[in-house]
Amino acid sequence: MAVLVDNNTKLIIQGITGKEGQFHGEQCMAYGTQLVGGVTPGKGGQTVELSGKTVPVFDTVKEAVTKTGANATVIFVPPPFAADAIMEATEAGIALVICITEGIPVTDMVKVKAFMKDYPDTRLIGPNCPGVISPDIAKIGIMPGHIHKKGPVGIVSRSGTLTYEAVDQLTQLGIGQSTCIGIGGDPVNGTNFIDCLELFQNDPETDAIVMIGEIGGTAEEEAAAYAKEHVTKPIVCFIAGQTAPPGKRMGHAGAIISGGKGTAAEKMAALKAAGIAVVESPAVIGETMAAAIR
Amino acid sequence: MKIHEYQAKALFREFDIPVPPGKVATTADEAVSIANELPDGKVVVKGQIHAGGRGKGGGVKVVDKSAVKETANQILGMQLITHQTDPEGQKVKTVLVEAGSNIAKEYYLSLILDRATDKVIVMASPDGGMDIEEVAEKTPERLLKLPVSPAVGIQPFQLRQVVTFLGLPKEAQKEAMKMVANLYKLYMEKDCSLLEINPLVLTAENNMIALDGKINFDSNALYRQKDIVELRDTDEEDPLEVEASKYGLNYIKLDGNVACMVNGAGLAMATMDIIKLHGEAPANFLDVGGSANKESLENAFRILMSDKNVEVLLINIFGGILRCDLLAEGVVAAAKSLKMDLPMVIRMKGTNVEKGKEILANSDLEFAVAETMTEAAEKVVQFLKQPVGV
Repeated sequence: MAVLVDNNTKLIIQGITGKEGQFHGEQCMAYGTQLVGGVTPGKGGQTVELSGKTVPVFDTVKEAVTKTGANATVIFVPPPFAADAIMEATEAGIALVICITEGIPVTDMVKVKAFMKDYPDTRLIGPNCPGVISPDIAKIGIMPGHIHKKGPVGIVSRSGTLTYEAVDQLTQLGIGQSTCIGIGGDPVNGTNFIDCLELFQNDPETDAIVMIGEIGGTAEEEAAAYAKEHVTKPIVCFIAGQTAPPGKRMGHAGAIISGGKGTAAEKMAALKAAGIAVVESPAVIGETMAAAIR
Repeated sequence: MKIHEYQAKALFREFDIPVPPGKVATTADEAVSIANELPDGKVVVKGQIHAGGRGKGGGVKVVDKSAVKETANQILGMQLITHQTDPEGQKVKTVLVEAGSNIAKEYYLSLILDRATDKVIVMASPDGGMDIEEVAEKTPERLLKLPVSPAVGIQPFQLRQVVTFLGLPKEAQKEAMKMVANLYKLYMEKDCSLLEINPLVLTAENNMIALDGKINFDSNALYRQKDIVELRDTDEEDPLEVEASKYGLNYIKLDGNVACMVNGAGLAMATMDIIKLHGEAPANFLDVGGSANKESLENAFRILMSDKNVEVLLINIFGGILRCDLLAEGVVAAAKSLKMDLPMVIRMKGTNVEKGKEILANSDLEFAVAETMTEAAEKVVQFLKQPVGV
């Protein structure tokens, strides 16, 4: 059993007729994910051919859920329409909503978060994230499946390619992953570090956790305080942006040191104080984990 | 995206938020004619650059009307140096010429996203004109933080909380409440990311005035804020960053000599970090993204090469969506067409990495290959220590 994604996951893709939706839909299916349908408003009734299978397209998420029993969705809808897509999936009762889209206006996400308070059974991952993968079980997202290996380490990260880097280091050392969760690089997102630490702490198949944070906000500090009280499994952590200048947005909308707050140094100090193994170099995440679990 | 004070104040006027009477000038003569139309009394001449701390840097002066010409001449064209600018400062192209206000007391007021609650918050303090981070740290009880529900917007009881907390006289409360409500409206309608009035002023006549104004906008929302995009002043930005933004490249200029080309923001930051850990300094942050192609890579190379501090280039790519073979083809083509003469260290991982390495090996480019990020950083250091030969 992994967290979030397992054999019972029935996935739909919002934006399935777009280039990204089709490309990554095919990749997810090839990895073994049960893709049961897709949604593109105005294209209901059509089908798309993915990995040699015919996938039905619906006009609304509600219809897709009724006809396919979908319990997860991955969103590839362009930024102006992505907030609406998240709320539509939420209202349709989908339990796991993963939003890959980068570039959603912050005020839209502020409204989405308020909207979702009425639907406590729906979990949002992202936006601006690579998605979720449970190696050898299912992948919902854009990460390269082949670098992963099934095993005992849970990963939670605000980054995309830096997560792949950490995964690759682990796999090279023969250490597999239970589930890798990209929570995204936006300032307002769904699932946070604490949620994932809780999931991993309660997952019998996860023995240790890699946490990858970055500059901006205080999510890492909050996670440190939570971990100190509630997490008994070893955690290895890297914070990106130790050399980032203040006031500059480092690619991710959420990666900015503002008003002197959100520096890597502050986060690393808080995490260290909570007894977490914080590495200064991104190149030693794998070996530090190896030492922690052996 | 940032804008100038005078542009922020124009938006304030549009949203019925009181500001001092005044206009913007680009010459001393213009400044004089603006001043002559203002009511009697002192005139404030304010140099317009994006950075804060302009007053301390000598870019803001309160003078008599007779001295406006001389003052405008001093400020226009000066390299204004503040704690937020480069050491060389920023050239002042325009001045805002305003009527002086009869200040009774100064306050602080701002709206900003609170990432901890996922809401816009109103921040208010009776300690106007101060560094608000300092107030938050040393006297947090003098800083009100009021989260606004995005579903219903700012409510009258919250407006009353603000004016009560600030201790405003009865006569000014109504105006101040309207001001805060309008600021929230402006924040949401124009997709701001920061809206700050410091100081907010109570005049001797019990009027409320935004004496200063700072607005930042959410770059992700600019697609639906066409009038705001018009306000961008690229002279205030680093020329290389402006150039990069034309090609959709996420580039930030830094002070070091190791240029970095990376895919993904997190990995790009981590690459900068590992360079620093090995005793060198990154020249830039550059995320070429997941959809990099030959053209965007060529533009990226050109931008990195035009930074005169750069002595070595480190390419660190983790192929996911971006396949290593396509990246390698792009690198070879771009390096050739631009006649790249910088030493290069290339580290590739992930999708189609073997094909990518083959393409690089079969090219006549000179470069060092690294397997890990540590090895990449070590090779960068080697190049910098013995710059001759590969």
